[in-house]
Amino acid sequence: MKQEYTITVYTENQVGLLNRIAIMFSRRKINIESLNTSPSEVEGIHRFTIVINETEDVVRKLVRQIEKQVDVLKAYFNTNDEIIWQELALYKVPTDEIAEKVKVERLLREHGARAVVIRKDYTIFETSGHREETDKLISVLEPVGLIEFVRSARVAIIKQSRGFHEKLKEFEETEPHPSTRENEYLDQGDNVFVM
Amino acid sequence: MDTALNTATAPAPQETRTLTGSQALCEAMLQEGVKTIFGYPGGAIMPIYDALYGYEDKLEHILVRHEQGGIHAAQGYARTSGKTGVVFATSGPGATNLVTGLADAMIDSTPLVCITGQVFAHLLGTDAFQETDVINITTPVTKWNYQITDAAEIPEILAKAFYIAGSGRPGPVLIDITKNAQLQPFEYKGYKPCHHIRSYRPKPVVRKSYVEEAAKLINEAERPFVIFGQGVILGGAEQEFKAFIEKAGIPAAWTILGLSALPTDHPLNVGMLGMHGNYGPNVLTNQCDVLIAIGMRFDDRVTGRLDKYAKQAKVVHLDIDPAEIDKNVKATVPVWGDCKETLPMLTALLQHKAYPKWLEKFRECTKQEDEAVFQDELHPKTEILSMGEVIDTLNQITDGNAVVVTDVGQHQMVACRYAKFNQSRSNVTSGGLGTMGFALPAAIGAKFGAPDREVVAVIGDGGFQMTLQELGTIMQSGINVKIIILNNNFLGMVRQWQELFHDRRYSSVDIQSPNFVALAAAYGIAGQSVSERPNLKPALETMIRHNGSYLLEVMVGKENNVFPMVPQGCGVAEIRLK
Repeated sequence: MKQEYTITVYTENQVGLLNRIAIMFSRRKINIESLNTSPSEVEGIHRFTIVINETEDVVRKLVRQIEKQVDVLKAYFNTNDEIIWQELALYKVPTDEIAEKVKVERLLREHGARAVVIRKDYTIFETSGHREETDKLISVLEPVGLIEFVRSARVAIIKQSRGFHEKLKEFEETEPHPSTRENEYLDQGDNVFVM
Repeated sequence: MDTALNTATAPAPQETRTLTGSQALCEAMLQEGVKTIFGYPGGAIMPIYDALYGYEDKLEHILVRHEQGGIHAAQGYARTSGKTGVVFATSGPGATNLVTGLADAMIDSTPLVCITGQVFAHLLGTDAFQETDVINITTPVTKWNYQITDAAEIPEILAKAFYIAGSGRPGPVLIDITKNAQLQPFEYKGYKPCHHIRSYRPKPVVRKSYVEEAAKLINEAERPFVIFGQGVILGGAEQEFKAFIEKAGIPAAWTILGLSALPTDHPLNVGMLGMHGNYGPNVLTNQCDVLIAIGMRFDDRVTGRLDKYAKQAKVVHLDIDPAEIDKNVKATVPVWGDCKETLPMLTALLQHKAYPKWLEKFRECTKQEDEAVFQDELHPKTEILSMGEVIDTLNQITDGNAVVVTDVGQHQMVACRYAKFNQSRSNVTSGGLGTMGFALPAAIGAKFGAPDREVVAVIGDGGFQMTLQELGTIMQSGINVKIIILNNNFLGMVRQWQELFHDRRYSSVDIQSPNFVALAAAYGIAGQSVSERPNLKPALETMIRHNGSYLLEVMVGKENNVFPMVPQGCGVAEIRLK
């Protein structure tokens, strides 16, 4: 059964790595729903957050191939109930319209939004949350003339994660310690995430 | 004062020399033990070739006739020598001509370091003359690639390149070096070989518990079956492998890349797997109770239809690449790690056993195959020569001691099926990618990689015409390579499929050839063409005895087919004998 999976990849900060990872999806004709690259909590270690809609079998194999890349340290995949995630959205609307037709105060409260810019001609609201939440605000603002809308990629934190500092130490050892848990997928079955 | 003077006049210690990027590259080659480079010069790599001129006595450069020939030669070199093959090519077309070889080396796990020249860094992205985005073109077909724009990076990146190419599951690495970096002088601090990259684990940690579980499964098995691939050769684990099957008494069959890891006449060698493999190994895959896969990746040409593949068996999979485990066939016990380490651990836990009844089943299958296939192929009743009898006669002359390099198609399957091998690293072929035109240049490289061995290239009339320009490389380098062209005047394998699956609609498979013997003569290579049985053995003897390269064309049956065959979309047990 296809469902949403969030893939988290820890990598070296290397030119060309985005392409190396992206083509692994396109080669298998998998559409990337959302992709974010950012620094991680460890200096010099980059973090990719990639969302796709696929079956577990496909994701599992794909993640192993990603992890095999020389400049990739670790890759994880998780279902939505294993992560906390947010997306950021910006909405540009005509200021006079919302001032007249919508109670701005209620709008801000109900949708956890805040006004980033207020000008005579337009106002920009910002909100963050899951897709359904940011979508809801679109439907509210559309009738009053939504000029522009943009949503960011998903950023996600794995609930069980204790961060990458400890994991990195294992990688920096020339010889892996016998207790090093590699290839967790093969061991853990359903409970994929192990640090 | 004296001391100061001495320091001033003494040659600068190696660590602080000023070198150009190109010189540093040549130093890296020396430090990595490279002796032979296959390449072709051009505008964007000229500074490297200029530096090479100063290293002529230490680094041998083989001028090929096309960059594809260069990379296939480097592959052949790597496959017979076990070392990393090295290729030089220029930017643009020089680099794009490497792509087929990179893809071939990637899928067949061949260690290569390819150096491509690139336009000056300030011209990148300007559509400069012979500029191509080589890094992005080659990303899916390299284990790792990197562009160098500053000479100071060269020692470290080259050390990484050789380490990545040769360690773990080997593969091709491409380093693209801009012309300014090649020319740029810098403070050379010496060369440090690379042994560790934090984001790269070449060998997964062996999990002892899995070795124990595997041993238990094998000890309890009634009909165990070993299938092995190139991992045994790449790991240098031929002895460990032999000890393993001999102690456990388990019959073993090979993929075409695993061929020659176990001598042909070993009593437990039961033959070839896959689409044109032997009858027993295919049929009995679906009767074994424990399937032990060693250093092989369950390619679709080996498994046939997956939902009809070894469904009754428990599967033990030994592989160095964790991404291979469960990729195509679900492993009951995954034993990841280098088989050089895991096999002895496993062997130590095994009981001495033999399975005479089970082995007898393989013998019965061989008998059936003998009646249906071998007799016709090796001793044809017609006057027309068959491919199989050419290989069989060659076996009699070389006694299984030659390196056999094959191209792709019917002749490849026949050569793999019937060639005899006594030692490892003797079979060089394009397995995963199926690259026609591979054999001639690969044979050149194979000879450089194993100069003391007889190298025989077996090639079809189609494949030969894809890279025959490399006859020029043979001529100029004076290397001794024997070439057998099995000429059936057809693109035989495609024709066979058209005959069997496309109602004999022979679309574009009727291929004309030049006079191959005259062509060889034009390059100063001796040769002859034979079409009659009495002349075959003497011609092969002449070829082997000849001091230097030799081309022997053998006219074989036009519409012979390779059997047995597992038709596409069928299970291994549905293998057809005719």
